[in-house]
Amino acid sequence: MFLKDYITDVFNGVSSLLKGMRKTGYYFTHGKEIITEQYPDNRATLKLADRFKGEVVMPHDENNEHTCTGCTACELACPNGTIKIITKFDITPEGKKKKAIDAFIYRLEMCTLCNLCITACPSDAIKMSANFEHSVFDRSKLTKVLNKPGSKIKEGIE
Amino acid sequence: MLSLESITKTTQDWLLAKFNPTIALAMECAIVILLAITLFAILGLVLVLLERKVAARIQIRLGPNRVGPGGIFQTAADTLKLIMKEGLTPDTADKFLFNLAPFVVMMVAMLLLAPIAFAKNFQIWDINIGVLYISSISSLSVIGILMAGWASNNKYSLLGAMRSGAQIVSYELSAGFAVLTIVVLTGSLQISEIVAAQQNGWWLFKGHIPVVIAFVLYIIAVTAETNRAPFDLAEAESELTAGFHTEYSGMKFALFFLAEYINIFIVCAIGATLFLGGWMPLHIGHWEGFNHIMDYIPSSVWFMGKTFFLIFIIMWFRWTFPRLRVDQLLNLEWKYLLPISLFNLLLVTVIAIMGWYF
Repeated sequence: MFLKDYITDVFNGVSSLLKGMRKTGYYFTHGKEIITEQYPDNRATLKLADRFKGEVVMPHDENNEHTCTGCTACELACPNGTIKIITKFDITPEGKKKKAIDAFIYRLEMCTLCNLCITACPSDAIKMSANFEHSVFDRSKLTKVLNKPGSKIKEGIE
Repeated sequence: MLSLESITKTTQDWLLAKFNPTIALAMECAIVILLAITLFAILGLVLVLLERKVAARIQIRLGPNRVGPGGIFQTAADTLKLIMKEGLTPDTADKFLFNLAPFVVMMVAMLLLAPIAFAKNFQIWDINIGVLYISSISSLSVIGILMAGWASNNKYSLLGAMRSGAQIVSYELSAGFAVLTIVVLTGSLQISEIVAAQQNGWWLFKGHIPVVIAFVLYIIAVTAETNRAPFDLAEAESELTAGFHTEYSGMKFALFFLAEYINIFIVCAIGATLFLGGWMPLHIGHWEGFNHIMDYIPSSVWFMGKTFFLIFIIMWFRWTFPRLRVDQLLNLEWKYLLPISLFNLLLVTVIAIMGWYF
């Protein structure tokens, strides 16, 4: 029985090693599997992963409308005070006061790109963009206002 | 037809006609030394680049691609950098041994070059105990490594050197047994005769199962002997920083690095000579036409092709398998490789006596 175990041992060992070599051999012979991006040569055609987290942005539609209600859930969720939301009160046509954002201030230099604000947002007003070229010569340029000037909240978002 | 054989013959005739035999011999020696050093330099550059490119492809990367077209001058640039670096010797090191060690390792690699047949009748020294010479000289490289580890006066270096010693002493055995199978079949230790015996077919095919087993054992054992992954315990970057050459820098480090790659080339060349017929073209039985076409490919191309094929296999090992632990390393040798190679040698002996090979 000892000899049988010994031979099975050797056989299993060799077959598992060959399995590994088959995988690496496949990668060696299939050049199209190469995933290296030749940045910055291919800056125009750069492919990034879908879940790549570059910075927080607020998408606006064609009418310059966003979906941020100014609930400050993101501000509370942020672990290091990156987001500061300044609210104002709009007067609706019916004469009621409605809370809206005046400025969504985002400090990129303090952001750790942890994604907590995006998960906290109840109306999907902010998301992560894939832009990663953040170098600037002046630190103040990293403090951004995410809502565009003159933008307002989309109809029907509470 | 222009071949390496005719070039050497013309050179020798010309030297003998111009000078008296002693001076001619001295000049031939000088030419051989020059050629050997040139070969070393070129091999170092080519093999390091090849290794990096193969590694990159296997790991789905591109590898060096900035210096020159496709990165072909990368290793030349690296060498230039190493030449310009300071060759630092630690204060507490044994200075004489510390500076001697890289040259010992290098010299062993150079000595091993002597009996290798690079092409038809193109061999530095066709000694009649060629295989014995190779196995005895190759075991000397451990002295250089131990010397480096000891003289560095560094714990990592010493540990690396000791591991390397244990490893080379162990794996020398199964490498030796694998080589012996071919010696048993050929009945000669001379490299040229071993190659000549493969005129009608390489030993890997003629000797069928036992020689294939010996070939696999040989490849595993020499991978361990050259201290390459998965047996790179002597360097083990993640455990011992760089093992025996932790304290080396500049050109002295480059010599160790070069010696490693030259050793790979040499063991692969020996493997190609013993198992794959050295410079012999691929001949299949009585297919005269096929054999004739194969003869048109120069013998040096055959030799280099086979050697680089084996080098590629060893590189493939390196980038596929994880490093073994010390006890696993010694288990593999003493519990698996050695018994199998002993049994295999017995099998080959029976086959050689009964004539059960082609």
